[in-house]
Amino acid sequence: MIHPIPSGTRDVLPDETRELRRITDALRTVFERDGYGEVVTPALEYESEFARGGLRDARPAYRVFDENGAVLVLRSDMTVPIARVVATRYPNAEPPLRLCYFAHCYRAVRPQRGQQRELLQAGIELVGSPGPQGTVEALTVLVDALDATGLADYRIGLGDASLYPALMEALGVALTVREELLHTLGRRDLVALEEQVVALGLDERSADLLVRVPQIRGGPEVLDDLDDAVAEAVTGLRGVAEQVPPTVARRLIVDLGLVRDIGYYTGAIFEVYDPALGTPIGGGGRYDDLLGRFGRALPAVGFALGVDRLHIALAGEERGATSSRLDERAAAGLLR
Amino acid sequence: MSPSNGLTFAVPRGALFADTVDLLEHLGLDTAELRSNDRKLLFEDIGVITMRPSDVPTYVEAGAADLGITGKDVLLEQSGYARDEGARQVYELLDLGYGRCTMVLATAAGPDPAAEALRRLGVMRVATKYPRIAAHHFEATGRQAEIVEVKGSVELAPLAGLAEAIVDLTATGTTLRENNLVIREEMEVCTARLVANPVAHKLKAAAIDDLLARLRAREAAGAA
Repeated sequence: MIHPIPSGTRDVLPDETRELRRITDALRTVFERDGYGEVVTPALEYESEFARGGLRDARPAYRVFDENGAVLVLRSDMTVPIARVVATRYPNAEPPLRLCYFAHCYRAVRPQRGQQRELLQAGIELVGSPGPQGTVEALTVLVDALDATGLADYRIGLGDASLYPALMEALGVALTVREELLHTLGRRDLVALEEQVVALGLDERSADLLVRVPQIRGGPEVLDDLDDAVAEAVTGLRGVAEQVPPTVARRLIVDLGLVRDIGYYTGAIFEVYDPALGTPIGGGGRYDDLLGRFGRALPAVGFALGVDRLHIALAGEERGATSSRLDERAAAGLLR
Repeated sequence: MSPSNGLTFAVPRGALFADTVDLLEHLGLDTAELRSNDRKLLFEDIGVITMRPSDVPTYVEAGAADLGITGKDVLLEQSGYARDEGARQVYELLDLGYGRCTMVLATAAGPDPAAEALRRLGVMRVATKYPRIAAHHFEATGRQAEIVEVKGSVELAPLAGLAEAIVDLTATGTTLRENNLVIREEMEVCTARLVANPVAHKLKAAAIDDLLARLRAREAAGAA
């Protein structure tokens, strides 16, 4: 007899659970060592409270009514609940606050490899520590945690959510079209972005910058010879890139076109890539406005890793050690 | 660097194949076997995987290929217009210019049966291989339509009474004319596009940018 479970969910049996446990134990050891205390929050939250988070593309998709008719959501993210926890449970605590979590979140994604509707996230939030030093701490914890799991070939893309808006502001792009350009960039459609920029009828230099800047990515040296209009906007990025320890620096790819699906980011953002997986393993960034929406205005930064994706990448790297031709080609292109 | 810069390509069989192979040859790949052996699908030596065009975003999104070439029609249908839950996550890097077609709404010649259906029944039936593009078009123009998805020979649908109209891709309009169909609306011009896996786009940035520069130079030289 086969009894189905909902699309995008799955049962995890002992062999896999053991491997996942090894990963989460390694992460937890690093998080705890660095002073991040683990919190557990309810999977169900009031929709009206959760909506303060401004999650945009990662909005909750599953709703239920409670016995009083209130609308509840299954959380789609852990940063918003933690912002609520900090404002509610620690209204007077001296910042910075360091919290970590291992929790399932729920999203209405198209189920595929490493992308489930019920996903286990592991992450930290550092509340009350502004950039760049807070960002540097979060990146350091991220690298230490990934190293502890044994992941070898990963890189971290570092960008800034405020960069493209600042560039559009500096170049005098009309307010009415800024959202549209950001949306196109978010869809990663660089052909349409160029068409839309050309249609604005700006001077040649401005149009060139709007098209070219989001395609700039590479080592920290890409921050050096930038046009004045951009140089100002990457001050924060440069601060982070200069202050990270060497263990982080050798993993960094500075990416001026990086965009994240989540709407609450205000500054530095980052994503983790591994050649063994076609999608990012996780990511995070600064969200300096989010806590204020819950009544305790504090700058904050954090990241979340998809534990399943991390597991797939680790298994992929293990297989790669015995290596197919295509993998070797990938590895050759990886570390310059 | 080797001609392909260590990158793997998802290459579409079918209408875009010949121009795509020319492009790969321009990049310095040895395409002799690719041209001569149409039974083989995987050409490991030059980093090429061949497939039907609608599979290209699938391979590229999953990272089974770093780059891919496919039509804008396929991308519109699969990545859609918004970054919604079903959208394929790939970078669209370059308009390659070839494979130019137009997505059109067509109905039987004479008085427009779709307009008639819309007026009297409040809804028109539209047969298509591109249900998302069609649905988006009617939503955007404020009309109600029943989308009937078919897998091939769309032009049969209005003749057999399955639908009043079709949404399909046309290059020359010959098939439409042969079936006594006329174009009522032109929706999108579709050309071949170069797409990239989002992770490869970061991890192999130098290789991809070098390739883009060579393709742009080729375009500027008018070879495309």
